[in-house]
Amino acid sequence: MQPIESFEVPVSPKVNYINAQYGLKSWLLTKDHKRIALLYLGSITFFFFIGGIYALMIRLELLTPQGDFLQSTTYNKVFTQHGIIMIFFFLIPSIPATLGNFLIPMMIGAKDLAFPRINLLSWYIYLLGGVITIYALLAGGVDTGWTFYTPYSTTYSNSYVVATGLGIFINGFSSILTGLNFIVTIHTMRAPGMKWFRMPLFLWSHYATSLIMVLGTPVIAITILLLAFERVAGVGIFNPALGGDPVLFQHLFWFYSHPAVYIMVLPSMGVVSELIANFSRKNIFGYSFVAFSSIAIAVFGFLVWGHHLFVTPQSVYAAMIFSFLSFAVAIPSAIKVFNWTATLYKSSISYETPMLYALGFIGLFTIGGMTGLFLASLAVDVHLSDTYFVVAHFHYIMVGGALMGYLGGLHYWWPKITGRMYPEGWGRFSALVIFVGFNLTFLPQFVAGYLGMPRRYHAYPPEFQVFNVLSTAGASILGFGMLIPALYFVWSMRYGRHAEPNPWHLPGLEWRTPSPPPTENFDVTPIVTWEAYEFAPAEETEVVGKFRDQGALADRPGIEPERG
Amino acid sequence: MSEHIVPVKVYVTIFLVLLVGTTLTVIAAFIDFPWRLNTIVALTIATVKATFVVLYFMHVRYSTRLVWVIVIAAFFWMAILFAFTLADYFTRGWLSTQSG
Amino acid sequence: MSSPAATDHVHGHPALQHHFENMEQQREAGTLGMWIFLVTEIMFFGGMFLAYALYRTFYPAAFASGSNHLDIWLGGFNTAVLILSSFTMAMAVYFTQVGKLRPQVVCLGLTLLLGLTFLGVKAVEYYSKYEDHLIPGHVIPGRPFDPKVQEEGQPLDPHALHLLPGATKEKVELFYWIYFAMTGMHAVHMIIGAGLLTYLIIFSIRLRFDPEYHSPVEVIGLYWHFVDIVWIFLFPLLYLLGRHFHH
Repeated sequence: MQPIESFEVPVSPKVNYINAQYGLKSWLLTKDHKRIALLYLGSITFFFFIGGIYALMIRLELLTPQGDFLQSTTYNKVFTQHGIIMIFFFLIPSIPATLGNFLIPMMIGAKDLAFPRINLLSWYIYLLGGVITIYALLAGGVDTGWTFYTPYSTTYSNSYVVATGLGIFINGFSSILTGLNFIVTIHTMRAPGMKWFRMPLFLWSHYATSLIMVLGTPVIAITILLLAFERVAGVGIFNPALGGDPVLFQHLFWFYSHPAVYIMVLPSMGVVSELIANFSRKNIFGYSFVAFSSIAIAVFGFLVWGHHLFVTPQSVYAAMIFSFLSFAVAIPSAIKVFNWTATLYKSSISYETPMLYALGFIGLFTIGGMTGLFLASLAVDVHLSDTYFVVAHFHYIMVGGALMGYLGGLHYWWPKITGRMYPEGWGRFSALVIFVGFNLTFLPQFVAGYLGMPRRYHAYPPEFQVFNVLSTAGASILGFGMLIPALYFVWSMRYGRHAEPNPWHLPGLEWRTPSPPPTENFDVTPIVTWEAYEFAPAEETEVVGKFRDQGALADRPGIEPERG
Repeated sequence: MSEHIVPVKVYVTIFLVLLVGTTLTVIAAFIDFPWRLNTIVALTIATVKATFVVLYFMHVRYSTRLVWVIVIAAFFWMAILFAFTLADYFTRGWLSTQSG
Repeated sequence: MSSPAATDHVHGHPALQHHFENMEQQREAGTLGMWIFLVTEIMFFGGMFLAYALYRTFYPAAFASGSNHLDIWLGGFNTAVLILSSFTMAMAVYFTQVGKLRPQVVCLGLTLLLGLTFLGVKAVEYYSKYEDHLIPGHVIPGRPFDPKVQEEGQPLDPHALHLLPGATKEKVELFYWIYFAMTGMHAVHMIIGAGLLTYLIIFSIRLRFDPEYHSPVEVIGLYWHFVDIVWIFLFPLLYLLGRHFHH
């Protein structure tokens, strides 16, 4: 292959991946990972709104202590469906299927993922699962909680368990195929010189996430299948009447569902690594520690699922082991937080919108993580289990953590994806509104839960009302805050300022292409000779000079393509 | 890196080994071994058979280190599922929750 | 054999996809992809093996009773059939690697035939379970799990279950639930494999594969061997459990 002649990149060339071909068929039958990322972006945003409507209904009901807005069975369906939609149809695909799909080939210097058609298939599978689940919701809904505990789900519930389960089962394959694609791509398609430890941390996080997707998702697939069979057959292995054990369901369910939360947060951590490094213009402190921590989280995350079973007949000895390991799994996350903080120290910070989200992530994820330690302590968990403390804990991680990272990444790479800049002022404003709204929603829930308010109840004792009113007020602010980016992103696609190829002046490979990029990403395969966060001086000519000195612009002997 | 072509002789040998293993496992099933040895014998024979299929029919013996890691990781992860879940069930009776 | 590339891909094999640098990278990616898919399959079946291990440990007599009622000869025959099919599959890959088209197609055809034989025998087995009222729960409407139990001193009824001491009908139903779930899921994978083999045969005849490009043959071979491995474990665990109690 030929070395790159120059780093001068044409500004917004006429033909890019968006306008390369027109017509619905060119989008629906595309093999371009960038177009598939946009297809996913549209779909997951749709599901996010549905999940958000359910959240609105929950918060409206909980404004008053009485169950006066929804009947209890309806409320059960509402919180169940909020959970199912948000977890399976929004959070799990969110960053990997949108930002991951778009950026991974570009970041490693490849033209596409290893299996472009499987990538497209994964989107169609996602849609099929989504359609089936929406059908189930419209036909009457499901009221078992997103956790589908037996024997209620197998024997007693009169709701659409099988249909919903089928939708989730099918959707799981989308996850598996995405993870498979990412793993093979990162192993086999890195450009020459792109060694493992030169990869941006975004790639390490997605690699770790893909490991979890591939190892964990099949277990929930078989679990849902067994659940559905049991419901259809009338008896099964979770049924005590035959000598079966309902707790076995919980073991199998949480074997996936705990690592699933790391599927939801690891990609976000990858985004945050990018944002922190790039908006403080400093190499990530302890790069290899952060990289290894991603893998450690993926591995350790599989060893802790029993902490969801502390209040079941699970043995005390197993519970103690799970408790200890749950403390241990916090360590790699903490290592990341320390390294991000150390990166910020004595660096050159700028407070653009993506950075605001990244800083918000660090604080809110820390709170969420530390409250997890309360829940990991056996005795304390007996008190806090099934209360609003748990609800607040996971929302701090999922919304305060994962969602913030997603929004930060969306803003950061928006110029690359669309060729347009979002309005910076509105971006910062909405980030702040979201931050305030989020904390007002979920901080009171910690207190309410600690004081004893149970979760999944549509009515509660009057002493908890003040917390719920605060929470609902916060939720309205949060909802309003999230509408603003939805509006200005759409606005920017038509009226936003045109973006340069490298609006943030960064060294990553994805910024070495036009904004938006052409379909094949790179005309020739780049040869990488620089480290992941090697910040060159801001002047483009100086950057070119530096790379020329390194020999990037001449025939380069001796660079062996790195495989493995 | 060219593909390694496994000689036909190897395939035939492995096939015969697998048939012998199957016969052995059926015979062993009818013999009453002490303690839990029946299960152990059956599982050992099955594991040996599976190993031969993986190493030779699936070419893992001639594959890269990465493939070895993937195969081992898969069984290791299944072992995690087994170990921790069975650890729960087998230790449930150990601690009496009754006091006195 | 394949004609020289008249496509826009200047160098390399017509089967080289545009995002790969060369055939070696494409082959490596394809193989790795199939291995990772097999990892997901191992975890998928793993959940059922766990359920089996658990209940077999707690209800050994019931599991042995249920197992003894399975036809060991049909099961053993099927095991041999599947092992032979694995051999023919490996030989098909070999012949593809050395470019011998006719033996390649013959071996693929034999593999398919053996696979269909396996499924046929399975159908026979399932039918006999149906006859003996051994299908769990209300899967068959109007025909719940209700097998005859062999009474002491009565003439030997081949359709009746011998309950070993400690076994109850409910626990035996649990065994059959697991039996059908595991062999059923295995059979589904065999059916998919049969479809994949059909595709391979058709495309081999159409001369799509050659010694330089035959990734599909290899990776479908890996899938087929995996399905064989699952059965290698299923056979002793389901069919050979309690024979030593009941010779």
